[in-house]
Amino acid sequence: MTDLTELGVAAIRDGVANGTFTAVEVAEAFNANVAAAQQALNAFIVATPEAAIEAAKATDAKRAAGEALGKMGGVPIGMKDLFATKGVQTTAASHMLEGFKPEYESTVSQKLWDAGAGMLGKLNLDQFAMGSSNETSYFGNVISPWRRNDGGNAALAPGGSSGGSSAALAARLCPAATGTDTGGSIRQPAAFTGTTGIKPTYGRCSRWGIVAFASSLDQAGPMARSVQDCAIMLEAMAGFDPKDSTSLDMAVPAWEAGLSADMKGKKVGIPREYRVDGLDADVAKSWDDGIAWLKDAGAEIVEISLPHTKYALPTYYIIAPAEASSNLARYDGVRYGLRDLPDGANLQDMYAATRAAGFGAEVKRRIMIGTYVLSAGFYDAYYTQAQKVRTLISHDFKNAFTECDVILAPTAPSAAFGLGENVDDPLKMYLNDVFAVPASLAGLPAMSVPAGLNAEGLPLGLQVIGKPFDEQGVLNAGLAIEQRAGFTAKPEKWW
Amino acid sequence: MSVDTATVAKIASLARIKVSEGELEAMVPELNGILAWVEQLGEVDVTGIEPMTAVIPNTLRLRDDVIDADPLTGGNKRDAVLANAPAAEHGFYGVPKVIE
Repeated sequence: MTDLTELGVAAIRDGVANGTFTAVEVAEAFNANVAAAQQALNAFIVATPEAAIEAAKATDAKRAAGEALGKMGGVPIGMKDLFATKGVQTTAASHMLEGFKPEYESTVSQKLWDAGAGMLGKLNLDQFAMGSSNETSYFGNVISPWRRNDGGNAALAPGGSSGGSSAALAARLCPAATGTDTGGSIRQPAAFTGTTGIKPTYGRCSRWGIVAFASSLDQAGPMARSVQDCAIMLEAMAGFDPKDSTSLDMAVPAWEAGLSADMKGKKVGIPREYRVDGLDADVAKSWDDGIAWLKDAGAEIVEISLPHTKYALPTYYIIAPAEASSNLARYDGVRYGLRDLPDGANLQDMYAATRAAGFGAEVKRRIMIGTYVLSAGFYDAYYTQAQKVRTLISHDFKNAFTECDVILAPTAPSAAFGLGENVDDPLKMYLNDVFAVPASLAGLPAMSVPAGLNAEGLPLGLQVIGKPFDEQGVLNAGLAIEQRAGFTAKPEKWW
Repeated sequence: MSVDTATVAKIASLARIKVSEGELEAMVPELNGILAWVEQLGEVDVTGIEPMTAVIPNTLRLRDDVIDADPLTGGNKRDAVLANAPAAEHGFYGVPKVIE
């Protein structure tokens, strides 16, 4: 019998629908992998094997009754622990929310359950989604299942912030997982682990019930092991939600049915500003491969310019911390989460003590930066200036899309790095998102697909960025790359 | 612009985060490194450019003026609201005394 944990979303959905195997068999197989890998990889904060079985039983019962099974019928998934799940601990990987059991379900997770998916557990992440290596979680680092081919066994970062999601996918602990992307948190971990993920247009997926980091940037999306699987899951996650004021009131396209790897008549833009000095040679080569593959698929390649690219990262590191400092003001020890009340403390002391104990170092750093750039006397110089540069970055893309349909670039400037390599220098860590952040600032759909392995045997990702609302164009270019890259590598099992 | 220990202490106070002397000392160079780096934005010519307000054009909606139209976000949920409170008392949030 085939190993069910090697199957993706489409294969599981179809196999369950055809009766090749049952949803319960699938859930049991993944539950076993989750349990076996927990000690070594730490991908999950909480496993929920019972929830996975319960959803699977419901799917099998529906099939027996001849009812429709839903877009994700019988597919067990990992849920990033940033989505509120009713009655199941939701922590954002923080001490602040340890033990917090929401009284409600996030819109996106509810949509997935309604589509027939089941929950394997809550996936680890960087604390409050702030990080690029999953080293800021209060619940410990996630270890990538990948290792360098040098015979050593140095622990590598699975990327961040959706590092539990990416590690679990690569290790076959789940066929798909939710991610969220504020400045690359779906795409960079996908690139680091040889998996696939798409951040849709800002507003496609409801933010209701997702622990807020930077509200003008936060966007949920699917992570999986193929473009088709991402298309299926995104259809289940997206859609208008009156409970989110920035939700797009638009119909959800049939992305899976619309998949086509034929790029004839399409123009692919190559941004010259992304070809930075000292670009990693393997990354540069994979980019050239991607250009050749899309040309082979029929696309015309055009050079484009995004002149404000170098300002995207500093813009992001004003806007995102500013919004975070405001969003995270809610953690005060009064309404939910941690309370630290030293003897004789007054209300103000309690706030300060609670926040000192509940937030990790990177979260504090970003709150402090955000507080500073929003404070009286500095607001215009930092925050207003950043919002103006953000407008210019958005204009750059608008201009570029008069000359091309999609943009191709690397996802990250390097392959996965070792745990601990970048933790002493926050700026060095921030530079990981240099290619991912511009699309976030402009609210554009963008995805990462695996392109191949570097000289160390580690995966590299290619990024496709599209026009607003054109997830189909992004998925199609991703599919053209996927078919030609023929990426089948997976980490050798050591856990 | 760079920050000194006193400024970092002020920011921490505004952010309601208790910071020890040692943490303050460590934060000063870190924050200065980040601030020096973001200051390159000052060189961008933004003459006549409006600050971004909405990344994807959208209109703000008004909900129907109906009480509890959506039962999920409507009222009468005291127990659910208080379920995760660290010190709920008598149907209220409990906090240290604020009036002498």
